[in-house]
Amino acid sequence: MARWGEEIIQVGGTDLVLVRGGSGPPVLILHDELGYTGWMQWNEALAAERQMLIPLQPGFGKTPRLEWLRSYRDLAGFYARMLRELRLTPIDVIGFSAGGFVAAEMAAADPQMFQHLILVAPMGLKPTTGEIFDFLAVTIRSHLLATVANPEIPEFGQIYGGEMTPEQFERFEDARTETARLGWEPFMYNPSLGYLLEGVQDLPTLLVWGQEDGVVPRGCITAYQKAIPAAQVAEIPGVGHRPEIENGAEFVRLLKTFLAS
Amino acid sequence: MQIAHFTERPVRWLPEDEILKNRAYFAVSNRFFDAEQAADDYNYYLDEACYCEELGFDGVALNEHHGNPFCMGNVMNVEAAILARTTSRVKIILIGNPLPVIKHPLRMAEELATIDLISRGRLITGWVRGAGSEQFFNNANPAYNREMFNEAHDFIIQAWTRPGPWRYEGKHFHYRHVNPWALPYQKPHPPMWIPGVLSPETVRWCAEHRYPYIGLGTALGPTCDLWDIYAEEAQQHGYQAGPENFGYLIPTFVAETEDKAQELGKGFVFGGGQNAFSRPEHTLPPGYNSKAAIQRLAKQPGGSWLGVNRAKLMQARSGGNPDGVDYEAVRQKLYAGYERVQQNLQVIVGTPRTVIPKIKTLLQVLRPGIFIFFNVQGQVSNADRLTSIRLMAEEVSPAIREYAKEIDLPDPYERPPGSVKVQAETQRLPVVDRDPLAALGLV
Repeated sequence: MARWGEEIIQVGGTDLVLVRGGSGPPVLILHDELGYTGWMQWNEALAAERQMLIPLQPGFGKTPRLEWLRSYRDLAGFYARMLRELRLTPIDVIGFSAGGFVAAEMAAADPQMFQHLILVAPMGLKPTTGEIFDFLAVTIRSHLLATVANPEIPEFGQIYGGEMTPEQFERFEDARTETARLGWEPFMYNPSLGYLLEGVQDLPTLLVWGQEDGVVPRGCITAYQKAIPAAQVAEIPGVGHRPEIENGAEFVRLLKTFLAS
Repeated sequence: MQIAHFTERPVRWLPEDEILKNRAYFAVSNRFFDAEQAADDYNYYLDEACYCEELGFDGVALNEHHGNPFCMGNVMNVEAAILARTTSRVKIILIGNPLPVIKHPLRMAEELATIDLISRGRLITGWVRGAGSEQFFNNANPAYNREMFNEAHDFIIQAWTRPGPWRYEGKHFHYRHVNPWALPYQKPHPPMWIPGVLSPETVRWCAEHRYPYIGLGTALGPTCDLWDIYAEEAQQHGYQAGPENFGYLIPTFVAETEDKAQELGKGFVFGGGQNAFSRPEHTLPPGYNSKAAIQRLAKQPGGSWLGVNRAKLMQARSGGNPDGVDYEAVRQKLYAGYERVQQNLQVIVGTPRTVIPKIKTLLQVLRPGIFIFFNVQGQVSNADRLTSIRLMAEEVSPAIREYAKEIDLPDPYERPPGSVKVQAETQRLPVVDRDPLAALGLV
């Protein structure tokens, strides 16, 4: 098992909780709208080669909420400040779902912040066809179910399989509340992001999408492809919105190949 | 004692099975909307309010909901404006305008001032946060609901009282030029009564602002607890709360015979009644509840509907086939609850003779200065609704007014809320009487 743990770093006077684990060149990981799931098999598989830095989003229970954050672009600015102050740029980044939205905003603001941009089932752009699933209009249970093609997979059970404790329930509500604050309208996209991404060149970009994704439609990937024509697309069959746990082996293979490029 | 009439103005032509299939009123498709029926009913409900004035009610209360056949009041201010013109004496009580979901407090200030002017000062304006489902219908961010409520309220007071033009730069609202040329008839502004369903945050806010709080058919025991919270907060602000600070709205239906009343009173549980207003995912959108409320919810024993476990996940995934549901069985279960809510005094049904003692008990326990009859839901005819109103006015109300005098329940016009001073270190007077609760099995 790789060494990993939580630490607190100061970003603009905020105690930001950061999960740090693995060894090697650093990679920034931005978790999704439900929050950090814990150290999973795909983290372990990457840990021998890369040090993962996973900031826990403000307002998601551990890092305090920042009153002034009103949009994902605001959050992107906050994380950009974190990278500057930690002198981590340029760095590789992997953003999951809403975390992909944040990573894309950061890249649009300053592409030189990153060496590789990996967006996994990213929100952030209005899908060319289809709609981003309105996960705020369903219960937590329905939301969780929508994130995977097959809830029988072991890691899904590991994360969500037990009876929910009051603390877990509160964390989910914190996450969903903060997500509503930032992404309620327009729902989980920014109309100007696509235009700003068009100016991003020479940033190797990988778009990962599970073909059974019930949250982010293929139309989001198409929208990213329009904005960043050079982006590579990796579609994984038989998995939903969480390819990293639904087919971790393939996911990690894609990551390693792309990051080595 | 102020006695008022209220109705949700229910859609009366929707088949009950459609509500049961949807497991709620909210989100039943409007493909069932019938313009002819709606035209009749909008006019009828206005006539019903006028009839209440004729019969001597002190007020007629309106509310609004959105995307929901539970209530035809979608734009309450339009109805209030009509009543402002077509009535001449009765108070027009709005319980209330959902400030965070309307999202335009300047327009709201203008509309309400217009109603107050046309009615020559008969407006009582209440505010609500809007039901959870309305955050979706109106695309109002639930995570900012409370903030927007507070900001809109504060802005409206300013818009009514501070001479313009001036500029407003708030957190959620921004106006370059605040200078409305419709200002309230009543000075400094119309009275405000705030309805609620037992949010301690709202109760404290009301106490702070000296606004009467109207419990919307809330269970007696918890309502007593909330009244105490109000009174404690009131004391912190230097006054003794009393009946003038409290109102209670209760589903009530009266007919000439007990059998008829019981049969038609079932309208209160039609489609599941208020409990079926919206499905859980629409009732509590993310961020709509305070952190404290979420913590209370999280600690509910046995896990709530929000709980996640493997069995529930699997069950949810299988979906459930709406066509496989026995709606007759569902209906019977609903109607079994009808007796229970009557025993708990959360629904009052009967003849004048049988309902008067029950209402007296409510008055004894809660000691409200404002009492609002909530007319029946469901598919009850105009004639039967009007009979209930007439019996209420002619036989029930006089007895209630007499009893209110006997046990000293002044209303906000007789004793302005917040006008009885009390020192923080003084023992405050009780605002409720819990004694009858034991006999009712409600302790």
